[in-house]
This record gives sequence, structure tokens and C-alpha cells, in this order.
Amino acid sequence: MFRKFKKFQTSLVVGTLLAKRQITRGNFWINVLIIGIMTLTFLSLVVISGILVGLLEGSFQANRERYSGDVFISTLADESSIQSTGMIQSTLESLPIVQDFTVRYKSGATIEANYRERRDFSALPNSVGVNIVGIDPEREESVTGLSESLVEGQMLESDESGYILLGSTFIRRYSNFSDLFEPLDEVYPGDRVKVSVTGKGLTFSSDLSGDSTASSNTQEFIVKGIVKSKVDEVSLAAFVTESDYRRLTGDTSLNAQEIAIKKADGYEDQYVKQVLVSYGFSNLAKIQTAAEAIPKFLDDIKQTFSILGTAIGGIGLVVSAITIFIVIYINALTRRKFIGILKGIGISGTAIEIAYVLQSVFYVLIGSLIGALIVYGLLVPVIAANPIDFPFSDGILVADPLPTFNRFLILFFVTVIAGYLPARLIVKKNTLDSILQR
Amino acid sequence: MAIISVKNLIKTYGNGEVETKVLRGLNLEINSGEFVAIMGKSGAGKSTLLYQISLLDRPTDGQVIVDGVDILALDEDERTDFRLKHLGYIFQDYALVPELNAIENVIIPLLMEGIPEDEAKKRGMESLKELGLDGKANNRPNQLSGGEQQRVSIARAIVQNPQILFADEPTANLDSMSSAAVIESLKRLHEKGQTIVMVTHEEEYTVDCDKVIYLIDGQVAEERIKQKPLK
Repeated sequence: MFRKFKKFQTSLVVGTLLAKRQITRGNFWINVLIIGIMTLTFLSLVVISGILVGLLEGSFQANRERYSGDVFISTLADESSIQSTGMIQSTLESLPIVQDFTVRYKSGATIEANYRERRDFSALPNSVGVNIVGIDPEREESVTGLSESLVEGQMLESDESGYILLGSTFIRRYSNFSDLFEPLDEVYPGDRVKVSVTGKGLTFSSDLSGDSTASSNTQEFIVKGIVKSKVDEVSLAAFVTESDYRRLTGDTSLNAQEIAIKKADGYEDQYVKQVLVSYGFSNLAKIQTAAEAIPKFLDDIKQTFSILGTAIGGIGLVVSAITIFIVIYINALTRRKFIGILKGIGISGTAIEIAYVLQSVFYVLIGSLIGALIVYGLLVPVIAANPIDFPFSDGILVADPLPTFNRFLILFFVTVIAGYLPARLIVKKNTLDSILQR
Repeated sequence: MAIISVKNLIKTYGNGEVETKVLRGLNLEINSGEFVAIMGKSGAGKSTLLYQISLLDRPTDGQVIVDGVDILALDEDERTDFRLKHLGYIFQDYALVPELNAIENVIIPLLMEGIPEDEAKKRGMESLKELGLDGKANNRPNQLSGGEQQRVSIARAIVQNPQILFADEPTANLDSMSSAAVIESLKRLHEKGQTIVMVTHEEEYTVDCDKVIYLIDGQVAEERIKQKPLK
């Protein structure tokens, strides 16, 4: 046993010397080629799946940043509003784990545009059904940065009245859904639109001109801006100030439909949620972290994309393994005579195999290191700063360290095997046949 | 005392209809400390004999005892180990590892024996010095002349003091001056008691040999033993 260990130890010493010399004094361009292959394989393993996952992760991230916040409070399934919203608001104001929050009041509404130019009253009005959302513009800005979604016009001000922000999906020039519904034509900031609210039992209507009728629930607004976002809840909504919302809907209840919370730095989403649950708020509303607020089917798609990415990367891995095998096999084959001579003078086959395995280890480590530098030093920050413009999300590159390390381990294992096998094949050949190259 | 004993050695290449019998029941004995030359025409089986008795190849039949060990009974790993500990080789084309410099080529068998690198280097330098190459220790094979490469090869072969040194046409690729230097080196080793078995075509390099074995068609045709001068 000790002799075997001693023999392995000396084989390791000799194998290390041979590997070191073959790398440092061998053909430079073969080293570059193999390391290049390893780097590309690493990238294909990490980046393809990272982009596919990032496609949805970008959407999730946008949802968190632009809509749900870190923790999202919404109505219970059998309720139309968050019970005791005022009490929840007071508590949130007092909690140090909450940086800020925004309360939203929502109702279904119809927006009609271009009605002043309408001449043919037998034709359908140019109108769309929307979610009208009453907000405190300052708090909404603080939590979701709504103004960053503006593509035209300006943000609402808290102290003004009669203005509305329209989601871009309802405007023909921005809409991708004009085959599904008839969007509003040619609406620009400064134009007037009529907003009609249903289902709130309103008994009045007014517009900026002062006209009002007791039987109507319609109000005229001036379009202040158009918001465009890949988060549907933003681009499929119309925003007005909370006070305008109340005037429009006649809703005097203080109970809101949504509260989006931005947590203070240093706290986990789950912790913030647990604190809110501990106050008993889960009996009054549905409390979810941003991740929980994502529909399950989207999370399933994310997992599917991850598997798909790994499978595509796996093909790259197989191609790479075959390439490494061929390169090392040819390398070993051309050195067959020297392998034979080494065996002839008493160098063990194990030492020669170790030399090739160590070379493979070197190639995979350097290739992966370069790959990791490219991923974490270049691709992740650059794509985060300039997300890939996919139709339904701003894709980022997701390269979490643990899955990346697992992929590296797979690459490492496959490469070492691909390096060992050809060496083993050559070492096992007859010593004299190797020396005489026959 | 015989350090190599060969009885009825047969080596056949190929099989069936294309079978070629290279060694045909060959017998010989080589004593410890002898400098033996094996000669013969091309195809006589000189190199084949050397490969069988130096454990680089496996005989088809017969018995080969080297340093008291029946080498046919050894498995591949044991044969490699035996070569490392008991035998040294000088090949026709030097057979140095191109990525290793002279000293690294010389010490690699010592490292394989488990000798620490510092001690191995010390011994390697002594071997190179003995062959007049101590100034070229850090040169790689492509930075050495053919004669120098062959002397590095000799340094590698003798560095672990092998019982037997095998040389397969060590001067075949060298000019006359380099050849003379290599033969001189072998002669000096022999004078120190080294057993040497050398395959050669050239009669002039056998003058210092104790025994010259002539092969014809895979058998010993003549064994010429040099008369040692009376002391």
C-alpha cells in the first residue's frame, strides 16, 4: 500500500514536471487554441442559459422596480379592496424596514379620445377600456420611478388636477395590439380625453369646461404624458392623482386596491413580509414578496428556459469535449515516440497520464477563468446597463455564482476525462511500437 | 557470472501466413562487467535481440534471465519498474524529450525513483560533467549538436547506475568525431565496471569490447571473445 502511494507520489512529481514543460515550452498556438475553446465552451454554458433566464428575470426585475415594489399588498380574493388601508398605511409609515410605499386606487374605466372631431355619430366612438389608477405622484415616483417610463409629456404633480397619464398600449402609434382592440388615434400630451367610470355608483359628471350632468360618471382630462413600459400594469393603465380619482369615481372609501412597498436597505423581502404578517395584515390583504407576486406560469417558463439553456450549453459541452479529446489525442499521438521512450526508460504510465490530465486541468482552469472574467467583468455589467431589448422584457444576463460554479465543475470534469482518455490510449500501446512508431 | 542468460529465445512477428521468425532459438550469456557488441547484417535480428533482453519487447518463446529475474514472468508495470531500477538505454536517435532541457532529461529517471529534486540535480550534473556537458545543462535538445544529444542520452542512461547499459547503434546518426567521443564515453564506463550491450554495424567500434556476438538469421553464428591481456 505504502509502495503504491510512494509510486503515485513520484509519478505525480514527474507528471507535474512533464505537464509544466509541455505547457510552457510546447506550441504556444496550440495552448491558445485549447484555452480559446475552453473559454467559448464556458461562455456557451453560462451565457446562453443566462440570457434565456435573464429574458424573464429582466421582466421580473422590471415588475419589481416599476410596479410591485419589494413587497406587494393587494386585495384578498373575495374582497374588492384592502381592508383597513389607513391602519396599514400608518403602520408602514412607522416601520424602519420600509423606505417608502405607494398606495393605488384602481377601477375599470373607458377613455374616449378625438370626440371633439367626431362628426359621424353613427360610427363607434374612439374609445378603449382601461384600468384607471389613482396615485400620489410623489410616492409613486419614489417607489416605482413612474416618470422614467414617460415617453412623451411630463409627470403628474400632486397638487394639480384634471391631468392624466396614458399607457402607451392604448395609443395607436405605440400599440402592438391594434389587431386585438381599436386603440386611440393620434393622442398627444395636451389633448383632451373623456374618462368614464363604471361600477362605482356615481351620480355626477364634470369636465374642465364646467359642464356637468347628474346622470353621468364621465370627466374630461388633459393628457399630461404617455408612459411606456414592458410591465403591462404600467402600459395598460391610465394614471390620475388620488384626488382626481376620487372625484371621478365618487369613491369615498379610504381602502385602496394595491400598496407597493420599497424596503429599506439591508432587509430581505421575506423578512419585511413576515413583519407585516405578524401585525395580522394577512387577514386584511394579500401580502406577497416581489418574487411571490410573479404568476406561477412565468416562473415555470423561467425554469424551462434554464433547462433549455443548459441543454443547448450541453451540446456545446459535448462539442468541446470531442474537440479537447481530438486535440490532446493528436498531441499525444505526435508525441507517441517520446511517450514510448519515457516508458522505456522506466517512467510509469501513470506519470505520463498525470501529465496530460494536469495539462487539461490547466486548460480548463485558465479557459474558465477568462470566461468568468468576461461574464462578470464585462457581459453582466454591460448588459445590466444596456439590457437587451426583447419584445416583452428588457433582458439581462443572469449568472448567479452557484449555478455558474456547477457548470464550471461539469466542464472541468468533462475536460479532464477528455484529456485523460487519449493519454491512456497512447500509454497502453506497446512500448517498443511507440518508440519505433509502428 | 552471467548477468544475462538467454535460452532458446524465439521472436516471431506477424501471425499465420505472414509470420516472420526473427530470432530462432537463440542462446547466449553475458557476464557482469562485460562490454558486448552485437553485430550482423540488416535483418539478422540484432536490434530485436536487444529489445528482448532489455525488456522493451516480449519474446514469443524461450527464457531470458536478467540479473537473476525471469523477465517473462513480469507484468507490464513490473517490467517498467525493472527497466527503471536495473537498466539504462542509449537510443540510436538520442530520444531526448524536446521540452525538457539537458539536466531535466537526465534527472527524470531519478525523480521517478523518488529521489528529491535537489539531490537528483546534483547527481545529474555529475553525470553531465563526466560526459563534458556540464556547461550545457540548461540547453534544450534542439540547442545541442547530435553528439552532445547522444552524450546527454548516455548521461541519462547512467545517472541511476544501472546494472546493464543497452545501446542501440549509438553512433549511427553521428559524424566520426562525435562517434569516437560517444565510444570513448562507453569505454570509460566499461572501465569502471559497467556492463554494456551495444548493437552496432561498425567493426571499428568493437575493438574495446570483451565479446562480439555475430548474428545470422536470428541465431548466434559466432562469438568472438577478446583475450584479456595478462596483468
